[in-house]
Amino acid sequence: MVYKKRLDNRKADETRLVEAKVGVIKRADGSAYFKFGNTWAYAAVYGPRNLYPRFLQDPSKGILRCNYNMMPFSSRGERVRPGGSRRAKEISMVTEKALLPVLDLNEYPNSVVDVFIELPETEAGSRTAGINAASMALADAGLLMKDLICSVSVGRVDDKLLVDLDYLEESYEDGPVADVPIAFLPKSGRIALLQMDGLVSKEQLAKLIEMGREACKKIYDVQKKALKDKYKVAGDIDG
Amino acid sequence: MDEDLKKHVVMLLGSDKRLDGRKPLEYRKPIKAEYGFTKTAEGSAKVNIGETEVMVGIKMEVGEPYPDKPDAGTIIVGAELLPLSNPDFEGGPPGIQAIELARIVDRGIRESKTIDFEKLCIKEGEKVWLILIDIVTLNDSGNLFDASALAAYAALQNTVFPEFDGEKVDYGEKTNKKLDLKNIPLSVTVCKIGDKFIVDPTTEEEKVIDARLTVATIEDGTLCALQKGGEFPLTQEEILKMIDIGVERGKELRGVLKNG
Repeated sequence: MVYKKRLDNRKADETRLVEAKVGVIKRADGSAYFKFGNTWAYAAVYGPRNLYPRFLQDPSKGILRCNYNMMPFSSRGERVRPGGSRRAKEISMVTEKALLPVLDLNEYPNSVVDVFIELPETEAGSRTAGINAASMALADAGLLMKDLICSVSVGRVDDKLLVDLDYLEESYEDGPVADVPIAFLPKSGRIALLQMDGLVSKEQLAKLIEMGREACKKIYDVQKKALKDKYKVAGDIDG
Repeated sequence: MDEDLKKHVVMLLGSDKRLDGRKPLEYRKPIKAEYGFTKTAEGSAKVNIGETEVMVGIKMEVGEPYPDKPDAGTIIVGAELLPLSNPDFEGGPPGIQAIELARIVDRGIRESKTIDFEKLCIKEGEKVWLILIDIVTLNDSGNLFDASALAAYAALQNTVFPEFDGEKVDYGEKTNKKLDLKNIPLSVTVCKIGDKFIVDPTTEEEKVIDARLTVATIEDGTLCALQKGGEFPLTQEEILKMIDIGVERGKELRGVLKNG
């Protein structure tokens, strides 16, 4: 069967329902959650704080440490065993690399900025939701940043090019599927994360990157609005 | 222990006051339970006590029974003190704090007999339902014990069995069969600082307590689990007094549960 119409009736360039909120974890220096439909990522930032053991310290700049973790009950299938997997380690690493281009850590020698990403519910697109939440949490923590980072997964299902694949689309079996998580620095348009698994032509990939860029513009607006909303209530009281 | 902080807390308690302005035996507000926050679990609940926020999710699995109880399923409780929830928590395998938390919640549920484990038997000696209860902390502003016990029970109330065809569990298909829960086990942790008792400590107060007693009870006040913590010993009178406080305050916590 040819994949003509998306199973949940979305348009090809339409993300799942996006929702974001800042300041959701009171103990953290910065925090946020970001949702793509049923995929839900929390991020909390602690730091800059002292880094131990001391041999890990860098006297020229601060370091960024990200940890991506699925909660034990966050998968549709069996329980996820705690303790991290190879997949979680890799995602933590690419998340770190995706966020670094907008951070200026030169002001924080010998320190660490810890970013903890936790997922209570996942249904495809969890690393991109985690990156979006983490970028908002870093801004909420008041760190020096050039820009936010916006991320979405684009891909191919059969011959359709789509934005924000959901679980059923990722597991489509009647034709080729490709999944391309991507992240942008929205102002410069540069790409901070790019992964791909599946089969696509170079032309298709170029088209997908453009679709991702457009989708990220909307995500950028949602992120900025959520950051402003955190201070809205306080503003209203003052006024 | 922070001696200055302790002196200050004790001094305030001398006039029945606390750091955040509460009375000694007063819980923070709001206390609330949100049922079914995640659809990937067979049951879930998120509980807030003041700023403390705990999530519990339940996965149902089919496994082998213990050799000494071939006709009974069981519960398995895990707790993760996520480094996202408190700057003092570190990643890695569960430490003793997380283990104690999971064990107290486990005993409260298990010993209350709220779940009839024999009803979880599918085929004697071969297949039984295992109820995997996972506690994760989202924001630790103190009193994870009581918040976790409350969230665990609420998550059990929210749990439905997935489809099982005799061979494997189909997590995509949920039945409308719920767990048959008999009692409502909940815990109240009563802390002693100086010669005063408080409930629902903040993380600051937790740093200066002399002793604590977690009192798990069912609705009629029967005790189902106890755990003493802290470095100072307690007298028998003190323990009985703490139990009275635990039973009394437990009523308030039960009020936030559905049908309870």
